[in-house]
Amino acid sequence: MPSFEDRLIEYIPNLRRYARALMRGDALAADDLVQDCLERALSRFHRWRAGSNLRAWLFTIMHNIHANQVRRITNGPKFVELIETDDPPAISEDVENQLTLRDLHRAIADLSPEQREILLLVSLEGLRYQDVANILGVPAGTVMSKLSRARKRLKEIVNDTQTQHIRRVK
Amino acid sequence: MTYHIPITDSDLHAYADDQLTPNRRREVEEYIRNHPEAAIQVDEYQRLNKGMHELYDPVLDESLPPQLLIKHSPFQQVWRAAAVMAWLGLGSILGWQLHPDSIVMAEREPTRFHLVQPAAFAHSVYATEFRHPVEVTANQQEHLVSWLSKRMNTRVNAPALNKLGFELIGGRLLPSTNRMAAQFMYQREDGTRITLYTRHNSWQKNITAFRYSKQGEMAILYWIDGPMGYAIVGNIKKTELLKLSKEIYLQLSYKATEMSYASSDRFP
Repeated sequence: MPSFEDRLIEYIPNLRRYARALMRGDALAADDLVQDCLERALSRFHRWRAGSNLRAWLFTIMHNIHANQVRRITNGPKFVELIETDDPPAISEDVENQLTLRDLHRAIADLSPEQREILLLVSLEGLRYQDVANILGVPAGTVMSKLSRARKRLKEIVNDTQTQHIRRVK
Repeated sequence: MTYHIPITDSDLHAYADDQLTPNRRREVEEYIRNHPEAAIQVDEYQRLNKGMHELYDPVLDESLPPQLLIKHSPFQQVWRAAAVMAWLGLGSILGWQLHPDSIVMAEREPTRFHLVQPAAFAHSVYATEFRHPVEVTANQQEHLVSWLSKRMNTRVNAPALNKLGFELIGGRLLPSTNRMAAQFMYQREDGTRITLYTRHNSWQKNITAFRYSKQGEMAILYWIDGPMGYAIVGNIKKTELLKLSKEIYLQLSYKATEMSYASSDRFP
């Protein structure tokens, strides 16, 4: 039977992908978050019930760490937020598609941390709504309404950016 | 067609995310066929999902950074083993170079990685050295300080610790994880040696409190002061170390150094 560590290792790529998007493309901050999450998981693995959903458990840990960070930032001294994100890796040869993806990356970065989290858990990680509700500690209905609002907001931001592109071209 | 339960926006999301029961899925499919605006919605949701995968899936294929490698044992155990190796002063450096994948770098704080560990290594290697503990001896202090300052591209001073019983023996230049680091060595009458390790701080924005760490017999006190990081290492009591650190801090503190440019007469 695979050990707890073995099973944990399996999920590291997923945790990194999610953290990268959550931290708006900042690879260093994202890996710090993953590392905190792994350390906490290793120190608390006795609390994990074998057979239960390890992936959801890991995302719960990550959510708690991230929520604390966000809280600390919100309660701490106020700074002007710099929206400075790394450009996403070049993926497609299709320039137009790349432009769209870059806009999407920026739009995701512009969402509130809360909206970004819920959207990524569903859209990127493909987690069940009920799992997402458990991870975030909210009722399933709240997940639905927040997801709906996050997608709407995302679309607005992308549209705004693209309108600006068009204006610039003119 | 009428539906048992009316189709809502939530159903469209759940359809796009493939989270409906087979029965409900068929109902929603039917609804979408008859409602073009719903089809557009679903298509948008799915395109967003796809875009997110295109953006971030490449992360899945990246090789893991060293601090995230877990090797079949809890972090603390591995770290303790690494600390023992460091303490023994044995081929850890070699080990890292030869087996970068098999060694687990589990230390959480970059400060440990960039400052505390190198300071401990350097101390264990050079403080025990009988014939060549330093590169430049204290009787060439002016040269020592100007040479190290030049190589480190910043003003580096050797604090005077005589009133605490430690006399400067000399110093040396060391490679660090980024640029250079300097090590100053001091000795007490009873032969006890302490080293002060200092380097550019490239990883931490804040000024930190004094922090204490112990590795085997080695006690380390370290802090970050603006652009520089400092670690003082020795096999001495924590209280003594703290006294030394405070003295060093007072002499070298970022602001004091700035001021001393004008009247550099700290070392008579």
